Amino acid sequence: MKKAFPILGVLTAVLLIYALYMALVWAPTEKTMGNVQRIFYYHVPSAWTAFILFFVNFVASVLYLIKRKPAADIVALVSAEVGVVFCTVVLVTGPIWARPVWGIWWTWDMRLTSTLVLWLIYVSYLFLRRFSSSGQTPTLAAALAVLGALCVPFVYFSIWFFRTQHPQPVMGGGGSIDPRMLHVLLINWLAFSCFAFLVCWSRYRLEKLQRDVDHAHALASLLDPRGSGR
Amino acid sequence: MSGNGYLFAAYAVTWIIHIAYLGTIVRRYSRLQREIEELKKPGVKS
Amino acid sequence: MSAPTGITRATLLKDLRLEWRSKDAINSMLFFSLLVVVVFSFSFDPSAEESRLIAGGLIWVAFLFAAVVALNQTWARELRNQVLDAYRVSPAPANSLFIAKTLGNFIFVTVLEALMTPLFIVFYRLRALGPAWQLLLVAVLGTWALVVNGTFFAAMSLRTRSREIMLPLLLFPISIPALLAMVQSTTAILNGEGARFWIVLLVTYDLVFTTVCLLLFETVLNAE
Repeated sequence: MKKAFPILGVLTAVLLIYALYMALVWAPTEKTMGNVQRIFYYHVPSAWTAFILFFVNFVASVLYLIKRKPAADIVALVSAEVGVVFCTVVLVTGPIWARPVWGIWWTWDMRLTSTLVLWLIYVSYLFLRRFSSSGQTPTLAAALAVLGALCVPFVYFSIWFFRTQHPQPVMGGGGSIDPRMLHVLLINWLAFSCFAFLVCWSRYRLEKLQRDVDHAHALASLLDPRGSGR
Repeated sequence: MSGNGYLFAAYAVTWIIHIAYLGTIVRRYSRLQREIEELKKPGVKS
Repeated sequence: MSAPTGITRATLLKDLRLEWRSKDAINSMLFFSLLVVVVFSFSFDPSAEESRLIAGGLIWVAFLFAAVVALNQTWARELRNQVLDAYRVSPAPANSLFIAKTLGNFIFVTVLEALMTPLFIVFYRLRALGPAWQLLLVAVLGTWALVVNGTFFAAMSLRTRSREIMLPLLLFPISIPALLAMVQSTTAILNGEGARFWIVLLVTYDLVFTTVCLLLFETVLNAE
């Protein structure tokens, strides 16, 4: 299992470089926006990856509530953290794209606004994990994750209707996409998905190790309360 | 900033964010390794 | 099902009686309501035409503040007297406790809203162009949405560090769709427009989150 990691790492790096080349060179230049449109190839895959990670968080949280397996709790933590990282990328690349195209940094357009709310929900999840006492954290976090995930359809519906009532410029445009652009988009998505997987795996190993060490510390102080070097 | 400037900024920021996060993982990992060495020292029951 | 409802009623009545006896809480809430409306009036000039257009939003932000203040108070008392541990040990279903607390919070927040609304109407010279009963419906649905999640998160925040900040930190993001619905429907009704979509959204939101909070409350209460 451990041997696979460096191999996958190299493969992912190669894939990312290839995807970058495709995005910057191979992909056709967009007619109206020019080269700035290529931000799309980083912005959209990051969003899709974040959504998948948040879905994983939901599943892991439900699993934890049912089975109470520590592994499920770690997966929930890891997927939320890495999901927030990718979501942050979406929220930062969005305005960088919007500024040259629309002249404004933020448009309260439907997708960007929904992503912002999603980011807020999962950041609050991370705060709960940080601020609650360690015995309860997995259960409380799992409950919050379920509520947060249930909120997502409401977020999309409410913002969608709000936008139809108060239209704003839509970023990324609607309508059909050039098949070559779609190809590049999917390649970047594959590359970032592999990257996300590796990041999650690293974070998972770190968390597992941290918990084992904490456990060892707890045991040490139990067995030798007078002085255990801590 | 020309269009290409924004493009470069977006790609750079993406990787800065990812590398920063990976950096925190690496940093915590090395700190943990040091703790493990401490635990393994004689005189510490575990 | 008489035992759980009996417990709910008893808990609710106990809370109400305690609050009524401690006049401090009521007086401070009265003054708080007035302060909020006055501060808003200075921040968003009521004489400006724009302010009357956003009055729907202003009122709900004020209500949100009131809800957070009320929610933070109600669990603190339980914690002080270790009542929470007594509940966990007793055979009483956790849901009864949750419903009682939620209803109690709902009543408190509604009282605050009832105190603030006339002030808002007077200061902002509000007139409802649409049916006023719909405003009442929105107030009830919206307040319930805030209170049901708020009570749940307040219970969650109880044993976290920085308890008082945790409640709004957890409550606000999840409440955003409901807040949007509350504000948009209030503004629509005040301007004589249709609010059906938002009201339906609020009803759905309330049903979904009340159900899930009820399902998860026992788990949260017993988390260890």
